[in-house]
Amino acid sequence: MKEIIVPANPDNIAIVTEYINAELEAAGCSEHDRVQIDVAVDEVFGNIAKYAYGQEEGTATVRVDVSGDPSAVSITFIDQGIPYNPLENKAPDTTLKAKDRRIGGLGVFITKRIMSDVNYEYIDESNQLTIRKVIG
Amino acid sequence: MDIDFKKDGTTLTVTPEGRLDTATSPELEKRMTPEMEGMTEIIIDLANVEYVSSGGLRVLLSVEQEMEECGGKLTVIHVNSHIMEILDITGFLDIINVE
Repeated sequence: MKEIIVPANPDNIAIVTEYINAELEAAGCSEHDRVQIDVAVDEVFGNIAKYAYGQEEGTATVRVDVSGDPSAVSITFIDQGIPYNPLENKAPDTTLKAKDRRIGGLGVFITKRIMSDVNYEYIDESNQLTIRKVIG
Repeated sequence: MDIDFKKDGTTLTVTPEGRLDTATSPELEKRMTPEMEGMTEIIIDLANVEYVSSGGLRVLLSVEQEMEECGGKLTVIHVNSHIMEILDITGFLDIINVE
């Protein structure tokens, strides 16, 4: 298990993605799965960067673990921001016409659809969101 | 991000490069806004875009809504399989013209 700690800022999405992609490449992850994981990472880290700390600054810890048979990658995002479980959000209505559509909630919706599992816990005054994808 | 803009009459073709994600999409939206002035057809060419997250979908939706309001048209072209998958699962294939 490896981890990186970065300021929770959208500018750091690229750094986090590259860090994770290095682990995925070492694990022989397919391009399709790698891109899906990159999208989920963008959604989760992006939400932390935009909302977790409000107007304050904070950090996010990103832990990556590739293990199991078949292989699965688990990525845990940890922040000490406002306690918040994004999985409790109501799913957006994806059948609405363009003029009635909103983007809010779409990131979590996409993440749930393209990952094998998504879990949330509040532990030690930290939000911990884990996304997991079977890649082997 | 690198973004190419081409105008042909009232048709604007926008060709971004890279990823349309949380970090890059605001810049695309900001730079597109003045270029869209007076345009009746917008073509967004995603040939050089690896993937789109909800941030990118926000831009597509915003442009679509604006075009519908003024009776214009948005077309998204050269969508790879990764982007097509995201458009499909979010229902965007039903509201955005993708060719």
